[in-house]
Amino acid sequence: MALVNVTINGVQVQAENGALLIEVAKQNGIEIPAFCYYEGMSLQAACRMCLVEVEKAPKLMAGCTLPVAEGMVVRTESEPVVKARKTTLEFLLSNHPLDCPVCDKGGECELQDMTFKYGVGESRFTEIKQHVPEKQWSPVVFYDAPRCILCYRCVRVCNEGMGVGALGVSYRGVNAEIIPSNGDHLECDECGSCIDICPVGSLTSGIYRYKTRPWEMEHVGTVCTHCSNGCKTTLGVRNNEIVRGNNRDKSGINGEFLCVKGRYAFDFTQHPERLQTPLIRNAAGELEEASWSRALKLVAEKFKALAGPDFGVIGSTRTTNEENYLLQKFARTALGTASIDHHRTGDVVTLIDSLSGKTGQLATAEDLYTSKAVLVVASDLSQQQPLLANKIRANVRHHKAAVYTVTPGPVREDKIARKAIRIAEADSLAGVEQLREALSKEAELVIIYGDAIQGEKVRQLVAFGESLGIPVKYVALVDYANSRGALDMGLLPDLGPGYHATAPGRSLQQMLDDPKLAALWVVGSNPLKGGKSLASTNAFVVVQDLFLTETAQRADVVLPAASAYEKNGTVTNVCGQVQRLKKGIETVGSKADLAIIGLLARGMGVNLGKVDADAIFAEIAASVPGYNQLPMPVILTGGAVQTHPVNGGVPPSSVPGIIASARDTLFTTGSLTRYSKILNEVLEKPGALYS
Amino acid sequence: MKLFNEPSPLETKIISFRFGLENSASIDTYLAHDGYKALRKALEISPDDIINELKASNLRGRGGAGFPTGMKWSFVPRASEKPKYIVVNADESEPGTCKDRLLIQHDPHQLIEGCLIGALAVGAKKGWIYIRGEYNYLIHIMDKAIAEAYKNGYLGKNICGTDFEFDLYTHTGAGAYECGEESALLESLEGKRGVPRIRPPFPAISGAFQSPTLLNNVETFSSVPAILRMGGQAYADLGVPRSGGTRLVCMSGHVNKPGVYEVPLGFPLMKFVNEIGGGVWKGRALKAIIPGGSSSPLLKAEECDIPMDYDSIAKAGSMLGSGGLMVMDETTDMVKVALRIMRFYQHESCGWCIPCREGTTWLKKMLQRVSDGHGQTRDIDLIGDLAQNMMGRTFCPLGDAAAMPTIAIVKKYRNEFEEYVARNPFASPELVSIA
Amino acid sequence: MTFSPELEAKFADLVTHYPEGRQRAALIPMLMFGQEEVGSITPEFMEEVAKRLGLNTMQVDEVVGYYSMLHKKGMGKYHVQVCTNVACMLRGGAELYDHACHKLGLGHKEVSADGVISLEEVECMGACSWAPAIQVNYDFHHEVTTEQLDTILEGLKK
Repeated sequence: MALVNVTINGVQVQAENGALLIEVAKQNGIEIPAFCYYEGMSLQAACRMCLVEVEKAPKLMAGCTLPVAEGMVVRTESEPVVKARKTTLEFLLSNHPLDCPVCDKGGECELQDMTFKYGVGESRFTEIKQHVPEKQWSPVVFYDAPRCILCYRCVRVCNEGMGVGALGVSYRGVNAEIIPSNGDHLECDECGSCIDICPVGSLTSGIYRYKTRPWEMEHVGTVCTHCSNGCKTTLGVRNNEIVRGNNRDKSGINGEFLCVKGRYAFDFTQHPERLQTPLIRNAAGELEEASWSRALKLVAEKFKALAGPDFGVIGSTRTTNEENYLLQKFARTALGTASIDHHRTGDVVTLIDSLSGKTGQLATAEDLYTSKAVLVVASDLSQQQPLLANKIRANVRHHKAAVYTVTPGPVREDKIARKAIRIAEADSLAGVEQLREALSKEAELVIIYGDAIQGEKVRQLVAFGESLGIPVKYVALVDYANSRGALDMGLLPDLGPGYHATAPGRSLQQMLDDPKLAALWVVGSNPLKGGKSLASTNAFVVVQDLFLTETAQRADVVLPAASAYEKNGTVTNVCGQVQRLKKGIETVGSKADLAIIGLLARGMGVNLGKVDADAIFAEIAASVPGYNQLPMPVILTGGAVQTHPVNGGVPPSSVPGIIASARDTLFTTGSLTRYSKILNEVLEKPGALYS
Repeated sequence: MKLFNEPSPLETKIISFRFGLENSASIDTYLAHDGYKALRKALEISPDDIINELKASNLRGRGGAGFPTGMKWSFVPRASEKPKYIVVNADESEPGTCKDRLLIQHDPHQLIEGCLIGALAVGAKKGWIYIRGEYNYLIHIMDKAIAEAYKNGYLGKNICGTDFEFDLYTHTGAGAYECGEESALLESLEGKRGVPRIRPPFPAISGAFQSPTLLNNVETFSSVPAILRMGGQAYADLGVPRSGGTRLVCMSGHVNKPGVYEVPLGFPLMKFVNEIGGGVWKGRALKAIIPGGSSSPLLKAEECDIPMDYDSIAKAGSMLGSGGLMVMDETTDMVKVALRIMRFYQHESCGWCIPCREGTTWLKKMLQRVSDGHGQTRDIDLIGDLAQNMMGRTFCPLGDAAAMPTIAIVKKYRNEFEEYVARNPFASPELVSIA
Repeated sequence: MTFSPELEAKFADLVTHYPEGRQRAALIPMLMFGQEEVGSITPEFMEEVAKRLGLNTMQVDEVVGYYSMLHKKGMGKYHVQVCTNVACMLRGGAELYDHACHKLGLGHKEVSADGVISLEEVECMGACSWAPAIQVNYDFHHEVTTEQLDTILEGLKK
């Protein structure tokens, strides 16, 4: 791209020919204010805040739509420009209600900020303001038309960003307002992006409304605990209560993207059924409340007595890497068992083995935004992997990426796909084969596959990819926030941390089915969900969880655990990117799983070393291949670093394991969903896959 | 159909000469009176020759902006691989304007022929006539004429026995002044809200359905056959330098013989009012003239002694615009005029951009208040200032269209606003400061 | 939702007027012509048009709200539209509208109890040189005096 010389406010700068003036100015530290201009979205030129003076132009020009050209001379702070901004703000404020003291947005409102910086101090408007009542469009979305400045950001983020298009504009002139998809209400992803992107308090959140002033919150940047995509979320915490989740600072792999779960479904932390004290099954066979010391003592004694090969351990897809690592270490050493597993939701193991001897072929979330082509196999990405879907949509929008889908039913990605193949999941590979010619013409490709591709099929898919003759990267989709970390940390009956072979033990299903199982320790998992039962009726069962799940109801001892929003540590997302969890709120009555494991070890007289997240992460970094070269400063400052599992030396699983995605939708993630009031409220119709 | 007003002997009838004929809208009448002769000529010459004739004619767009038509036609990339389209702007909505209605009503084939010549010039095979919704009856007239043209081999395939093909359709609007703005019209044509597009790209490059599009006003297209028949130079000579030919001027308001009359560009304004229009009605004196639709700043009586061509009127501080000439007598209440104009633009503002949406609304409320007798002295300055703040800052020209007449009226008839304020018993000379 | 055979034929023809894949262009004509038969832009009608053109109802709603001639609320069998814009105002358009209001006992966009007549103060309808003008449905009446208006309105009531 050719460079041109542009003079802004007397300073000569170089810029790419045709770049938008507003961006060129920003790159050179000059702010051209705007409401409707939003990086990455289509241009509107509607708010007129960005008008600047361009030499030789007969009138002020909109900086947001003005491509720079050689010799252009621009003034952004000249008298006509300053006056134009003042008057535009005066026009805006004429109808805008000045109800800032009771507006949720007060304190972080762009209109306030703009008026503060560019506006005039007084109003000349003495007429009656246009008023229409506020409307509620869904449990989470409220719309106050008088506050709306019609910047159309919400319409664009919904349509272009989310691919939903549930917001529109109707009426005209001063009566123009935003309208929802279904007449008087919204039927959409309920992601709340529209609320976040609203520069004023026109769209407000049903969760956050009137809860707090923005400056009274602490802002804690952590990682969403729901799906596997690992979006960074900034929790707004007030009085030890999470009142908001968003990512307005655009930090992390997700930028400002969050789905309904990331933005709202933190409310499970406050659910009244949240366990706050340990439970022990009494003589009458009922679970009764007990002190931590009594419960820990009982469990430690029992564990010591029952340790051995018939001890089963089921780990979690949500607990931290540190907790998972410590759990398997404890199980394999102190408890002397190889029967360790977790709910496996995607075949990462075979992928890593298939890529044996190769490097750089595991895609990051960013790769989905930059790759020239993406192939989605057997997954309803927008429902199950919302961030990845969002990255692909942005890639299409900004780079015209080629998208191909091979799915059993309609998916949102079809709309942007070059080619969409409809084929039963079992025949996915045949569908992929149909795309061979098209794919081989692409410059590069990322292949994303769901749980229908496992075992031998993964090898076939990789063989297909490698035969295309172009650079190919892969993502094996998994379900939960730390599904990938559970695999990486060796919560597997035949593989230890870093996919190193260990002596084989029972798989999860084998543990459930084995009548001889002496004890079962379930950490943050609910294997008995859906009416399943434990074959070993005498097994001593200990469950660590947030709620009294089906599995917890079978337990002899239940230990209340902290959620991901209540602890520190690291998690690894679906693309193998490691990120840091930061404690948002203190727990009441419950303890972090790491602490529980440590206390049990101490109770058993086992020395696990220093049990805190940082120390164990250091141990992981020192001992787990793939985690040993992670740049700590990046992780500590909230960045994401991809692990590099050792490609090779992973033997095929000798233990028949079950890999099955829970087939969650946008509105569900396992047990947690049930305890999120808001997720249950927003469902007009439950999200469904392939429909 | 009978004429709505008697023609004047002072007219120069170039594009309206068939208006009085029996069955003037029928193809038979059209063919009997030079119809489709220009098309046959156009078929024999090259597209560049057509455009050169137009350039020589000094024809300027009759919709309001007055852009040189030949130049506009030359912008359409004939070599583009995309299909090229013709779009006729028959969304005549500028208050004071009612000429395109007559051109379609009395001489629809002239418009069809103009479209065909345009299609030849730019290589288009399809076109639409976007007719404002209120002109429903014209759709029937136009559809009938189009059907006749198909039947007689002037539309469809193998036009006039050549390999030239062209399809033409009518398309109805649904009530929106803004759709007269060309990019908003294209949005509306595509079945969307009539909100203007960001330009560039201009319609010539990316217009209807994102393809190169030749978009002109009804009168502009209707002038093309005459230009080809008589030659560009001869047409230009009818008018004045830089404003060639004739145009239909719609005279309304306080005159004895209001009506639509065809006169050459450069025709003296006062002669038009006094001799063709029969002078100001009821023996009253002239107060002001709005020369080119309600968006053009009005001219006080003493400013009206000028020729009616683009440059002269611009020099006098107004615009020839769409040819909607409104005459006001000495009794006219200028505050009411300003209010009515602003009410119109406020009603028609699409709402896309802030200065127009909020500016027209604020101004309407203020003008209404002043008109209702609740004005303050400071309001007068504020009205002018707010209008000035809209000027040149809106997304499309509607903001300017609302601002220009307002600025002119406040400036030229400030005394009338002051009289209104003086009648307000609660008027305070100064705004009382809160602090 | 079904329409008369004539309207169905018109709809079928309309969509052929636009380039392949651009059938949305038929939206406004379909709404305008359909409104004459349906009476107003009902939710059911919007849904039907949306379905036929491959749009969602909101996209139709956006358009309907924009155009002043598309009415979600049904107007009378005879919709009397009086222009009061400048050219008409100069020749008595405002007085004519006031007269119609009093005569009909209706205000702007109001419909008579029997649903026969509705009234609307409209913007310039392109009859400036023959002002003041009114439209009853799509029929123009030029240079209308209050007496003529009375006659026209009487005629409608029959």
